[in-house]
Amino acid sequence: MRTRWLAPTFYILFLLLPIYWLLNMSFKTTNEILGVFSLWPREFTFANYIKIFTDPTWYNGYFNSITYVVINTVISVSAALPAAYAFSRYRFLGDKHLFFWLLTNRMAPPAVFALPFFQLYSAVGLFDTPIAVALAHCLFNIPLAVWILEGFMSAVPKELDETAYVDGYPFWRFFFRIFVPTITAGIGVAAFFCFMFSWVELLLAKTLTSVAAKPIAATMTRTASTSGYELGLLAAAGSLTIIPGAFVIYFVRNYIAKGFALGRV
Amino acid sequence: MGGKTINHKAWLFVLPVVLLVAFNAVIPLMTVVNYSVQETFGDNVFFWEGVNWYEQVLHSERFHASLLRQLTFTSIILVIEVPLGVAIALTMPREGPWVSVCLVLMALPLLIPWNVVGAMWNIFALPEIGLLGKTINSLGIDYNFTQQPLAAWFTTILMDVWHWTSLVVLLAYAGLCSIPDAYYQAAKIDGARGWAIFRYIQLPKMKRVLTIAILLRFMDSFMIYTEVFVLTGGGPGNTTTFLSIDLVKIALGQFDLGPAAAMSLIYFLIVLLLSWVFYTLMMRSEGEP
Amino acid sequence: MSSIGLRDLRHSYLRDPATDADWALKHIDIDWSDGGAYALLGPSGCGKTTLLNIVSGLIAPTEGRVFFGKDDVTDIPPDQRNIAQVFQFPVVYDTMTVYENLAFPLLNRRVPKAEIDAKVREIAKMLDLEDRLTKRASGLTADGKQKISLGRGLVRSDVNVIMFDEPLTVIDPHLKWVLRSKLKELHQQVGSTMIYVTHDQTEALTFADQVVVMHEGTVVQIGTPVELFEKPKHTFVGHFIGSPGMNVLPCEIDDGAPLFAGRKVALESRIEKTAAGAKLEIGVRPEFVSFASEGIPVEIVKVADAGRYRIVDTRHGETHIKLLVAEGEALPSEGACIGFDPAHTQVYADGWIIA
Repeated sequence: MRTRWLAPTFYILFLLLPIYWLLNMSFKTTNEILGVFSLWPREFTFANYIKIFTDPTWYNGYFNSITYVVINTVISVSAALPAAYAFSRYRFLGDKHLFFWLLTNRMAPPAVFALPFFQLYSAVGLFDTPIAVALAHCLFNIPLAVWILEGFMSAVPKELDETAYVDGYPFWRFFFRIFVPTITAGIGVAAFFCFMFSWVELLLAKTLTSVAAKPIAATMTRTASTSGYELGLLAAAGSLTIIPGAFVIYFVRNYIAKGFALGRV
Repeated sequence: MGGKTINHKAWLFVLPVVLLVAFNAVIPLMTVVNYSVQETFGDNVFFWEGVNWYEQVLHSERFHASLLRQLTFTSIILVIEVPLGVAIALTMPREGPWVSVCLVLMALPLLIPWNVVGAMWNIFALPEIGLLGKTINSLGIDYNFTQQPLAAWFTTILMDVWHWTSLVVLLAYAGLCSIPDAYYQAAKIDGARGWAIFRYIQLPKMKRVLTIAILLRFMDSFMIYTEVFVLTGGGPGNTTTFLSIDLVKIALGQFDLGPAAAMSLIYFLIVLLLSWVFYTLMMRSEGEP
Repeated sequence: MSSIGLRDLRHSYLRDPATDADWALKHIDIDWSDGGAYALLGPSGCGKTTLLNIVSGLIAPTEGRVFFGKDDVTDIPPDQRNIAQVFQFPVVYDTMTVYENLAFPLLNRRVPKAEIDAKVREIAKMLDLEDRLTKRASGLTADGKQKISLGRGLVRSDVNVIMFDEPLTVIDPHLKWVLRSKLKELHQQVGSTMIYVTHDQTEALTFADQVVVMHEGTVVQIGTPVELFEKPKHTFVGHFIGSPGMNVLPCEIDDGAPLFAGRKVALESRIEKTAAGAKLEIGVRPEFVSFASEGIPVEIVKVADAGRYRIVDTRHGETHIKLLVAEGEALPSEGACIGFDPAHTQVYADGWIIA
């Protein structure tokens, strides 16, 4: 099919249109955004970006967010790998229920759980630290990572494990040298999703931090409340939040696209 | 043998995960359950209310209405996003320089904080100053999502499809890339072509990954809040007031957390039930020995 | 039914191969006659799977042509070449039953239903899958799945060549033996040409009439198992085949005969000329080395018991020489000497046999 590229091309154009609009807004003043329809800023301004780069509350927000998101991604994927392997290869007491229970942790609407979380993390003395947010996000990211990884692991024939044992590989060597490379797509996807969901999560991040570890998401909601709607600033901040995630997906792209080569064991 | 081995020591593998998740789940959950069966008039004094709040919520017209809206919304977006996502994943290149370009560009909508998503679509869809709004109106269609329920639904759904389809695409794509070459080679030798390859090799091999995608979209769309709230505020009127939005309205409006807590738990149970049903159905047709 | 001819085949996985090492297949020119059972034997990475995939049409060779009989099939896709291939890991269509799996290739070729049914049942009987026809394919064990893979190749009456790419890799050891016998039996029943790729010499030597030994992208020797064993044309063949492998000893040439440790070693033929500066070696299998009253003095280093015989590891200076001794035979206590059977002693220059 020579025209295969048409579909992804149209889809990507569809995706890029509102993003272009976002960028468009970020270079305008709020007045212009609300007042006029213009495909290109009539009064091109860097003011929004300058504000972000020079105001500590803004750029610190980015660093704080990146910190806890990275910590969370590493914890989530690392803890999920052995667990997913267990779910995929072994039967044990309560395994099916445990597996489903993990997913149920993504089913609760967060609004009402905010206060109990605040109480919990204050009680253990972790309030207003990146660790607190990183740990709290484990609630929904670990189940996600486990589910995704298990899905990919189950596609690997169990004969691969057995062949390795027959060849005399000790378990850890088998796991990291042979097994993990076969599920790189799953790891890439899981890592990216953990990053993404943690990055955009607003409520818990706001609740568990105040000043020291305040994330960018919280800073952005300020723009909605204080001086009405500072749309230009919001747009600029929003545009900038795309960048770290873009790096992450670029980084894992080879993990995702790499085929599963049924190599010789 | 293709089956799993019984090994209770596997709990060691699972332990870190259980600890990390339970720490965050159990205690807050207990707190909420606590609230849901009590009444307070302030001053940290609580009165036992039992199941009153639950009854109140379950019988309220308002709850039924928002539940219905929610179910409709979720059904529509699942029907659009899942097939669309799979179709795009099938057409994406598997190797070469375009892979990186595609992956990065497709991931962009997912990375935007949800309040920004709502805000940008808000402006984007406004009839006078937004690209979408202006374009539709210039085609002769009277479109104003702040005043017309249909337009509001259309915009909300479009926004969600724009925002989340890539999630399905990424999962499906990774699943496709994991299919060993030998399957395609065997299919070549067996003389199978396009549709047969999809039906007998690609779709079955993607089943687990698709289950995850569908469940994820189901749950997340069922709990959708920020984007919709910033876009329409639940309106016009309450035509796009889905469950979460309604829940927050109630929670903020009440003096105490009782009804809100009860509602969240009912909400949680609905999602749980529907997910469990769906999960069992998908897993059953797997035919595991 | 047709013979297979490979002409000047060269293949590289790189777009612009530069050095010799960039070529997975350096030069292959072979003829396989119709109906034979062949094995492609060699260590991992020697190019045997590449060669197999070129024959089946899954890979297009960088250079060279592939002939089935008189037809040049190089540009013809796999499903039109009348070949079948069984892969290392079982490939079955999970959503289908065993019956549907076996019927699949025929359905794609629009064979009439009655004919499909007859054929499927016939093959199922041949492979002992009859009682599992209605079961889901995904529920079978590894060997069952490989049988299905094989079955999909056998159902098609137009199949001339069946290729196996290390098919027993994931099978349990005791089932390996059963399947191996089954394959040999099938070959006699069906009569198609069968090409079996493996790195296991036992599998190759028991299955094939002719073995093609490959090393680093070239064919090193083609011959019957006996030929390969008794007269290896390359030190690699001698080393790879047989357990323990052939002894390789450095030597010099003096007046048409090889010298090892200053002693003349008897050969059946005379060595004529050797290239200057070539690395000269004597090759002799442990089976053809024995203790003698006089010969090369050695020191016994180790004795390993291998059941009906013992492997004696001896040493002369820096060179180790292994020999086999029957179970009851006594070993010389001191002053041991060994001699070689002249009929089975070879001399190699740079690895290739010269006498």
